[in-house]
Amino acid sequence: MSAAYPSNLLDDALGTAGAADSAAASCPRRRFVLVEDCVETSGAFVLHHFVKRALPSSETREAVIFLALAQNFSHYDRVLRKLGCNLSIHRDKKKLFFLELLKLQFPDGVGWNDNEAGFIDLYGGIQRTVESCRSPERRVATVTILIDDISLLEIAAGGSADHVLDFLHYCVTLTSEMDCSLIVLTHEDVYSHTEGPTLLSHLEYLADTIIRAEPLRTGLSADVHGQLTIVNKTLTTRDHGGSQGKAQNFHFRVKENSVDYFYPGTLA
Amino acid sequence: MATAAAGSSSFRRTNPSVTSLGGSPATAAAAGVKRGPNAALYVSSGIPTLDAILGGGFLLGSLVMIVEDAEAPHHLLLLRNFMAQGLIHTQPLLFASSTVDPRAFMGTLPSPLSSPSSSASSSSAQLAKGIGLRIAWQYRKYFGPQKDAPQGNNGDKKEFSCEFDLRKPLDKHLLIGEHIESARVQDYPNLGSLLDHCCAFLSRLQKNDSGIQCAGRIVIQSLCAPQCGFSKLDWDMISFIRSLKAALRASNGVAVLSFPASVLPPSFSVRWKHLADTLLSVSAIQDEDKNLAQLLSGYQDMVGFLKVHKVAQLNTQVPTIPEARTFSLKLQRRRSLVLEPLNQAPVSNGSDGSSDRSSGSCGSSKPSSVDF
Repeated sequence: MSAAYPSNLLDDALGTAGAADSAAASCPRRRFVLVEDCVETSGAFVLHHFVKRALPSSETREAVIFLALAQNFSHYDRVLRKLGCNLSIHRDKKKLFFLELLKLQFPDGVGWNDNEAGFIDLYGGIQRTVESCRSPERRVATVTILIDDISLLEIAAGGSADHVLDFLHYCVTLTSEMDCSLIVLTHEDVYSHTEGPTLLSHLEYLADTIIRAEPLRTGLSADVHGQLTIVNKTLTTRDHGGSQGKAQNFHFRVKENSVDYFYPGTLA
Repeated sequence: MATAAAGSSSFRRTNPSVTSLGGSPATAAAAGVKRGPNAALYVSSGIPTLDAILGGGFLLGSLVMIVEDAEAPHHLLLLRNFMAQGLIHTQPLLFASSTVDPRAFMGTLPSPLSSPSSSASSSSAQLAKGIGLRIAWQYRKYFGPQKDAPQGNNGDKKEFSCEFDLRKPLDKHLLIGEHIESARVQDYPNLGSLLDHCCAFLSRLQKNDSGIQCAGRIVIQSLCAPQCGFSKLDWDMISFIRSLKAALRASNGVAVLSFPASVLPPSFSVRWKHLADTLLSVSAIQDEDKNLAQLLSGYQDMVGFLKVHKVAQLNTQVPTIPEARTFSLKLQRRRSLVLEPLNQAPVSNGSDGSSDRSSGSCGSSKPSSVDF
C-alpha cells in the first residue's frame, strides 16, 4: 500500500499532500471544510487529522481555535497524544485556543436576544483570538477554526438554526478577511428526515470541501470502519481538466496512532 | 483484580497510561469498577455477556441509551439488571421513571443467582472464551479481564458482574439506604429541576485525584414518553440530555436512558442517538414466526433481539466493533438473561449445515426483521 505517512489518500484528495512535507505549509488551503458523519460512523477522526496537520510541531506558526462542544479537553488530549500531537503543550504555547463548550447553553434558549447575545459573545471571543494571532509580534501564518460539532451548537441555541447560520456566516467571513480556515463537523442523518432547506443544505452550499464519513453498505467490519467521500468544490471550479465534479471515495480504518486509507479492495 | 488478571492471559499488557493518569492502581479496587485501556473505567451492565460484547461494560462518564420497542418491555430487563448490579455493589442509584410508582418497580429487581448453575456459567464462559481467543489475535488486550469475570469470580458476591435470577426479587435490605433515590419524572415541574437533581446526584461523585470512591448510576426510564408531558418540548429535552452528558463527563457516573424513539420526530430521534455514547436497541420477536424459527437455532428460548448501534469511545478514536450487530436476548433456564450471537439453524438441504456465525455473512434468505 503506497499510502505512506505523512501523506495519505485523505491528504491527496484534499490537495495537501505536497504541503504536508514541509511543516510550515501543512495547513489545508481550503477555506471551509465540512465534515459529515452519521450515527454508525463517527467522523471525529477527520477532525483529529486536521488538528494534527495544523499543529505539526511545537515550533509551528499555525494556530488552532477549537470549539469543543462534544467532548472535554482530556479526551482530545489523549486522542491527539496518541497521534503524536501534544495539545497541552500547544495550549501552553498559545498555539491552541481550546474553548470547552460542553456546558454551553444560551440562557433559556428561547429568547431571541439571549441567543443573539450568546453568539455575539462567542464570535467576539473568536475574533479577538484571531486578531491577536494576526498581530505582528505573534506572526501566526494561518489560523484554523474547528467546531465539533455544529448540531450541538444548534441545541445550545434551543433549535434556532438561523442564529447558528448567522454565526457561521460571520466565521466564513473571518476566513476570507483574516485568512483562516474553518472546519465544521455535522451530522448528515439528522437532517435527512426534514424537508426544505436545513442547516445542512446551507452548510453544504457554503463549504469548499465536503468530507462525508459513512458506514459500509454491506455492514459492520473490523477491518474496514467505513468509507469517506470527498467532494472538492474549489478544484472543480479551477481545474478545467477531466476531474470536474468528481467525488473521491475510499475506505478507512481508524487506528490509535493513525488512520489507514485505501481504495476498496486494496487493503494490504 | 488487575494483577490477578494479568497472569492469566499472555496477551495482556499493563497499560502505563492507566496507572499514571488515573491514579494509583490500588484505587481500582472500588466495588464494581474495572479498569480498561485509555484510562477507561467500566461498571457492569448486570449482564455478563453484554459486558463482554461492549468490551468491558458501560464506561464511567458515558451516556447509554436504549431505544425501546413499543411492542415489548424488553428495555426493562436491561434496566433491572443494571440497577440490581449497582445495588449489589452498594453504588449510589438515581432512578427516575415515568411509571406510577418507581419504588414498586425497584421491588421487582432480580436477585443474583446464589450458586452459579454450571450450565449457565459454562455457556457464558464459552462465549467469553470464544471472544477472548479471537480478540487476542487482534491484540485487544482489554478483553482479558472481563473474560475472567464470569469464570474466575463465580461465587464471590462482590464480583464485577453477576448473573441474575429474574424470578427471585432482590433482598429487601439492599433496597434501603440513603444512596438510593427514586422519583417520578412527572413530579418534576420541568426538565430543569430533573437536571438539577441529576447534577446534584453526580456532584457527590466528583472525580478527584485520589481515585474513585464510588461509581454512581442514573437510570431514566422512558424520558420522552407521552405521560411525562414533555412532548412539545423537543429542544428542551435534547438540551437536557446534552447537559446530562456534560455533567456525566466530569463525574464518576453512568446514566442509562431508555426512550421510545417512535414518539419522537424522526430528526430528533437521530439527534438523541448522536448524543448517546453507547446506543442499544431492543426489539420483540413476533409470535410464532415460522420462518425465523427455522433459520435460527435456540429460537424457543429467545425473548427478543438486542442491537448494538454504537459503543462508547472515550479517550480514543478507534471504534469498538462488536462481533455482530444483533444479538438474541435469551432466558437461560427461564431465569437468567444472556445475550448470544444469532446462530443459524442447520439447513436441511444445504451443504454447510454447521452453525455459522451470522455476523460473517448476511444471507439473502434472512427475513427483513433481522438485518445486520
